[in-house]
Amino acid sequence: MATLKVMIVDDEPGIRSGIVRILQGYSVSFPFLEEDFTFETIEVGTGEEAITYIDNNPVDIVLLDNKLPGIFGIEVLEYINKKSFDTSVMMITSYASLDLAIKATNNGAYNFVPKPFTPLELKTAMESITKHLYLRRMTKKLQEAGKTIRFQFLSVLSHELKSPINAIEGYLRIMQDRQAGTNLEDYDLMINRSLERIKGMRSLIMDMLDLTKLESGKKNREIVKVDLVEIARISMDTMSPMAIQKNVKMYLDTDQPSIMLNADSEEIEIIMNNLMSNAVKYNKNDGVVNCYIKTEGDKIKISVKDTGIGMTDDDISKLFKEFVRIKNSKTKEISGSGLGLSIMKQITEDYYHGNVSVTSVPDLGSTFVIELPKNC
Amino acid sequence: MKTSNKKTVLIVDDDIDCISQLEIHLKKMGFEIITGENQKEGEDLINKFKPDLAIFDLMMDNKDSGFILSYKIKKKYPDVPVIIVTAVTAETGMIFGLNTDEEKQWIKADLYLEKGLRFDQLQVEINKLLKL
Repeated sequence: MATLKVMIVDDEPGIRSGIVRILQGYSVSFPFLEEDFTFETIEVGTGEEAITYIDNNPVDIVLLDNKLPGIFGIEVLEYINKKSFDTSVMMITSYASLDLAIKATNNGAYNFVPKPFTPLELKTAMESITKHLYLRRMTKKLQEAGKTIRFQFLSVLSHELKSPINAIEGYLRIMQDRQAGTNLEDYDLMINRSLERIKGMRSLIMDMLDLTKLESGKKNREIVKVDLVEIARISMDTMSPMAIQKNVKMYLDTDQPSIMLNADSEEIEIIMNNLMSNAVKYNKNDGVVNCYIKTEGDKIKISVKDTGIGMTDDDISKLFKEFVRIKNSKTKEISGSGLGLSIMKQITEDYYHGNVSVTSVPDLGSTFVIELPKNC
Repeated sequence: MKTSNKKTVLIVDDDIDCISQLEIHLKKMGFEIITGENQKEGEDLINKFKPDLAIFDLMMDNKDSGFILSYKIKKKYPDVPVIIVTAVTAETGMIFGLNTDEEKQWIKADLYLEKGLRFDQLQVEINKLLKL
């Protein structure tokens, strides 16, 4: 049995005592939870009191009225959000302020119950907020314990692998039954899309292999002196068919003819290939890719600048997560696995104690910079 | 937004190939199609008009985008049938459907289908949901 602390913020004592009565003796249990949850209530009548209380005491759930005598509930909500308390907020509002309730939900409130509510409505709402709170805390705990959830990875992976198969199968069935009529040209788009999806699946599989290699441990690494300039040049050659298709020019500039690093050449190839292929893939037609490799003090700096579609700050914040692909109208026809950048970051940071950074302007292009400490 | 008396199907899926295939099949069935490619677009479309049927992909911007859209559309138009389609399947251990009462309580959709859809099956299900 676990007890969750519920703070009721409402200026009407009748509402507060009503909620207290409903929650007394009420408990929430789910098949997947090991224990039941009961509720301990705290009543406050103003937003100011609510803030003072939550500043000094842990609170699990806040039931928050908006129309309060001093500051409004929505301001309390903003405060809770700003301080990132581990608290779930549910707004209690009258029907007349439904708009506000929606605004609150968009501002981080978990949900809202319209006033007046029946005991059953309140209980249902409490049940869902408890489930939400529990799952949120559980996820956080798992992440903190450093257990990256392989299960989740696998389920996303299977989703990513099955999606192209389904898409291709769908097109083949349409073609098989000539569902788009007898004009052969109408099927060209379907063939092209199928080929594109196959390309995406292939790159996912290649990236998966990279990832497996990384995770199978460091024993297979072969550290020798490698020339970053040479690897960059080979990588550019590899990308040139794709670059020619889009008429993208690629330039390499360095301050020395060769820049050496003690490294596993395969890992450096993965880094370079990711940088170059993204710079071409997300470039515009007739664009340019500039790669600079330089030594700066005790660091080697590799920067790859493109003149492509660019990204917003919001996109950048999600960029390095596994399977994240920035989805918008400009990227929807570009295939990719969503693994490349997370692999690149993992190699750079874990194996070379370097770091990856990115700056970008939407519609103008992105620059990826990798800094590696010199080691030879 | 509606241009004819045809029944309208709202499709929200971030896989453009799924959309275009569903479009081919549903247009052949005589429906008008309106599409969105992410949760946000889906929410905007739900706010703008009432379709006769909605088909949502489950995993889009969020892993549960389809559930969220289904919840929102049912709240606004309880009578619009909703189908959730997904490539997330049982093999991964992520099992949900509309099999138990508990699932029926929190998954608001009327039907839950795995991708790799057979369109003749889909046609039967849609006719059933729309009582055609």
